[in-house]
Amino acid sequence: MPKALIELNHINKSFAGVHALKDVSLRIDYGEVHCLAGENGCGKSTLIKVMSGVHAPDHGEIRIDGELRSQLNPIEAINSGVQVIYQDFSIFPNLTVAENIALNGELAQRKKWINWSKMRQTAKQALDKVGVDLDLNAKVEHLSVADKQLIAISRALMHRAKLIVMDEPTTALTQKEVRALFRVIEGLKRDGISILFVSHKLEEVFELSERITIMRNGKNVISERTDQLNREKLVYYMTGRQIDESYYEVEKKTGTPLLRTDNLSLKGCFEHISLSIHPGEIVGLTGLLGSGRTELAESLFGLTPATGGLIYRDGQAVNIQSVQDAEGHGIAYVPEDRLTEGLFLEQSIERNMVVSVIDGQKDKWGMIDGKKVKSTVRSWIEKLGIVAHSPLSPVKTLSGGNQQRVVLARWLAANPKVLILNGPSVGVDIGSKEDIHQVIRDLARQGLGVLMISDDLPELRQNCNRVLVMKRGRIIGESEGKSFTQEVWSQLHDGHDEEAGLAENRGSTA
Amino acid sequence: MSNHASKRRGTDSSYDDLSFSIKRWLSSDGNLTRLFVIMVLVFVTMAILSPRTFLSLDSFSSMAFQFPVLGILSLAMMLSMISGGIDLSIVGIANLTSILAAMVMVRLIPEGASAGTSLLYIAVGIVCAMIVGILCGLLNGFAVAKIGIPPILVTLGSMQMFMGLAIVITKGQAIVGLPEQFSAIGNGSVVGIPMPLIIFILCIGAAYLLLNRRPFGMKLQLLGSNPTASRYGGIRNTTVLLKTYALSGLLASIAGLVMIALTNSAKADYGTSYILQAILVVVLGGVNPNGGFGKIAGVVMAVLTLQFLSSGLNALHVGNFFKDFIWGIVLILVMVINVVSPRMKWKRKPAG
Amino acid sequence: MRKWTKTSEFYVAIIILVLFVAIGSQNGAFFSSANMFDLIRSSIVPGIFVICTMMVIISGGIDVSFPAIATFSMFSATKIILMLDLDLPVFVAFLLAGIIGLGLGLINGLLIAYFKLPTLIVTLGTSSMFSGFLLTFVGSRQISNLPPALEQFGKTPFIKFTTDAGITVGLPMSVLITAAVIVIVAIMMKYTMIGRGIYALGGDPVSAERIGFNTKFLQCFVYGFVGFLAGIAGMIQTTMMRSSNPVDLLGTELLIIAAVVLGGVRITGGHGTVIGALLGLLLIVTIQNSLILVGIPSYWQRFVIGALILVGTGVAAYQIKRSSSKRSSILT
Repeated sequence: MPKALIELNHINKSFAGVHALKDVSLRIDYGEVHCLAGENGCGKSTLIKVMSGVHAPDHGEIRIDGELRSQLNPIEAINSGVQVIYQDFSIFPNLTVAENIALNGELAQRKKWINWSKMRQTAKQALDKVGVDLDLNAKVEHLSVADKQLIAISRALMHRAKLIVMDEPTTALTQKEVRALFRVIEGLKRDGISILFVSHKLEEVFELSERITIMRNGKNVISERTDQLNREKLVYYMTGRQIDESYYEVEKKTGTPLLRTDNLSLKGCFEHISLSIHPGEIVGLTGLLGSGRTELAESLFGLTPATGGLIYRDGQAVNIQSVQDAEGHGIAYVPEDRLTEGLFLEQSIERNMVVSVIDGQKDKWGMIDGKKVKSTVRSWIEKLGIVAHSPLSPVKTLSGGNQQRVVLARWLAANPKVLILNGPSVGVDIGSKEDIHQVIRDLARQGLGVLMISDDLPELRQNCNRVLVMKRGRIIGESEGKSFTQEVWSQLHDGHDEEAGLAENRGSTA
Repeated sequence: MSNHASKRRGTDSSYDDLSFSIKRWLSSDGNLTRLFVIMVLVFVTMAILSPRTFLSLDSFSSMAFQFPVLGILSLAMMLSMISGGIDLSIVGIANLTSILAAMVMVRLIPEGASAGTSLLYIAVGIVCAMIVGILCGLLNGFAVAKIGIPPILVTLGSMQMFMGLAIVITKGQAIVGLPEQFSAIGNGSVVGIPMPLIIFILCIGAAYLLLNRRPFGMKLQLLGSNPTASRYGGIRNTTVLLKTYALSGLLASIAGLVMIALTNSAKADYGTSYILQAILVVVLGGVNPNGGFGKIAGVVMAVLTLQFLSSGLNALHVGNFFKDFIWGIVLILVMVINVVSPRMKWKRKPAG
Repeated sequence: MRKWTKTSEFYVAIIILVLFVAIGSQNGAFFSSANMFDLIRSSIVPGIFVICTMMVIISGGIDVSFPAIATFSMFSATKIILMLDLDLPVFVAFLLAGIIGLGLGLINGLLIAYFKLPTLIVTLGTSSMFSGFLLTFVGSRQISNLPPALEQFGKTPFIKFTTDAGITVGLPMSVLITAAVIVIVAIMMKYTMIGRGIYALGGDPVSAERIGFNTKFLQCFVYGFVGFLAGIAGMIQTTMMRSSNPVDLLGTELLIIAAVVLGGVRITGGHGTVIGALLGLLLIVTIQNSLILVGIPSYWQRFVIGALILVGTGVAAYQIKRSSSKRSSILT
């Protein structure tokens, strides 16, 4: 067997009692594009941190170039040629572009002094490799997300990297930027640099990688050459289940829609949005990150009130200027980022659940009625099948799926007429995902109107009766739910430009 | 990351039990238990070291007059700290408002006024002080919630302003000679219970209802643990913060009134050391400095502990400076223990 | 090119300029060399303190214990030297005070780095501890008969001349120490890996650790170094006052923090410059020393400074709010 670039053997790692990695092994050869796949929360990120020396494994060995590294720290990992681009890019908003790119390398050489002109020079070279031009002296805080990622990539390309680990690098990129990134990766491979590409997007996995390692629940399930796998097998290994293809179907709805928007717009974010949701409908909304879909949802929920156009509820024009207005009109919103926007992680499950209805749970003295609160909490725990030790334990002790159910319960408790879900199954295990879908479908059958924002095409296909596609702040197409496949999506999304004859612009250009 | 402790669905039975049990209440929060033990230990130690002075009725009575001011200020500090902020201006508010009250009582009461008239002026003075306290708090709240200045800076600035204003009003002089009826608030007793203590107990009761029984309290704690999520959860962050700082200002003005009633004079720079002591009490009482959590019981126990310590050390004829030293050590120790003890727990029983 | 006109330092400089012109036009004595030297002299000790506070705030923390450390170091160093009763050169006194300060600062640093405790609370606690220990166990009486070397250092002027009006003005030697500290820290923050590490730590501590900074070391360094500087500043205070007073500097911390924040150092960490911090100090010192020159009674000082903090930080907060809401349009 030839020498591997990096070998992780039988790695175990626990945090505060949670066994995040169980006997995981991974082997990456020289110049190989390797894909690490798995659902959110399966331990991918922890494995990367072990590889880059951020976490020391509890058991197991790490070999780089065949050499056993028992005390790997971040600097040593960098010196051994392992570079990680994290999802949040690890960029310093308060430092300049040049520093962000070059500081890492200087640090690894244990430099004590800063030579600014040399740093700028190195940074310039690195940026040239990716083919971009940025002001080296600008502070990063004012740059766009895409530019920040380019900086992170340029930084990783420096300093004789042998292995570049990319953690979900395409999440925030436009289609064109993804293609550019893939070209960069091809180039790196030709230079003999290995890539570990972490992703849960099947299309990318198949297009790019030579070998795939799949993780599930902190264990690695299989490591196989890409041509030995197909889509179905991959999904099976990732989730432990076969793909279930059942669809949500409702008859064509007429009559007064629950929610209708007319030419709704928010300056700089979206415009000319006209959509309608009828009772019983689950309307999908998709588009790349930065297409304005989240901004639209947040306007409907009053977080950032729309600047133009009208919103109708049950045919009545309503003015939504605040979250309280939206709540008053029976609109509920399950936000995109559960951990920062959805949950009070340290607080109890009970509190997390009743926050939206607490003003209605008072006794005649205006005090919180403990009995009412408890019965509300208990009934939703039962209805959504939340697995919890006690409603008084902090919500952070729950699994992702149960956490999402708590957020869902919070808004269902408010008895909404229109439910907006942003990424309802991100970071949720497959079992919970199906349960959540089932709950949403049942509620829709009872007359709730749902707007489901998602990246997950199968999710949209199975649950929505129709799907809207957004791009650059406008709705550019609509499809029937069950026929919304990858092909349809690409056609709608990429076809739009050719029709309109617009050149693709990077997100940062206004 | 599922909870290993339980795989069963539904709730545990104790959740449905609405009755109250001290044991459960104490064990629900390790910090409270620890604090209770510390309080008892301090008390017992002091009682053993100087049984005659510390365990005398005189000593208890003087304690009961001493700690309410710090206690009320700590409640004010606690509210802002639960919201994720801090209120350095409480002593400034206390001084400014009590000076206003003192001026109403001393300068406006006509010579030789009847008891009824002077009572009226006293009432006006008290109400004035409380209203100004609320207004000062609203100013803080506005700067924090609407303009978005970090609370520590807002209250650092407003502390200077309030104190500065108090200096401007009094030209740095003390106001003395408060009416007797008012001083009775500071020095009198009702059925043997000192007035300041009664006021403190009333404040505790009000704060307890507000924090634990009113929706406002829950909203405040949620806002403190994650302001973004509270906005997405339909809480009016601005309103909650305005209320919080206004309440903090109100409590500060009450503390100020008790303070001048005790000393029978008002001055712009009285009690500046109370700021740090209030922070100490609040942190010692288990309020999370990052916001979101805090129990009134903890703060009350922390005030009592400090008072026992302070009176006990007095009984041992130890200087004030040594108390500062002890307080600093206690604060640091308690925080270190709070950090270390959960870590130890994980080491003792590794989950699997 | 950096748009220096957009920096907060620029605004502070403008405000100071306006203030200078306003005061100077009301009272010519403001621009007299006597007054100017007075401003500088009253900035010598606070000058080191703002540098300390700036470093701590940039690293993402806050330190209210430096006056206690300064007092502790100067007083105990003076006592030790008196006790040894040797004619030691003056730098030994400074070094001793610095080392004592370093030790105390390291206590802060270790507590903050290893137990991850909130910096404000830790330094509140240690501040109370240090001054309590000093006043109980070391002494609480002012020392007026300083060791001869210190006495001599305090008397030696760096500049001294007599103005036309016949007033003798001058600056003590210690102004050189402050100047050296300013230059050293300015260079360190800009041109050394430690300096950039402090910025990185304040910008994003998690990322700082990921790219290979030893964040625990950096925190210990910041608080230790600040303790060292505070010790030196304390000794300067002693030489300038010709006596060592154990309660002299206590209570100055909040005003120093105010100065630093007014100078554009962001309380949330990661942003700030030496120039800005010094400008902030100049603003505060000018108000403290010179309001009286334009007929504003000195008891307005506190109020004016408080209002200035609120307005200054309010403008900064408003600017940050606006720039973050001004995201680039996604519409084309």
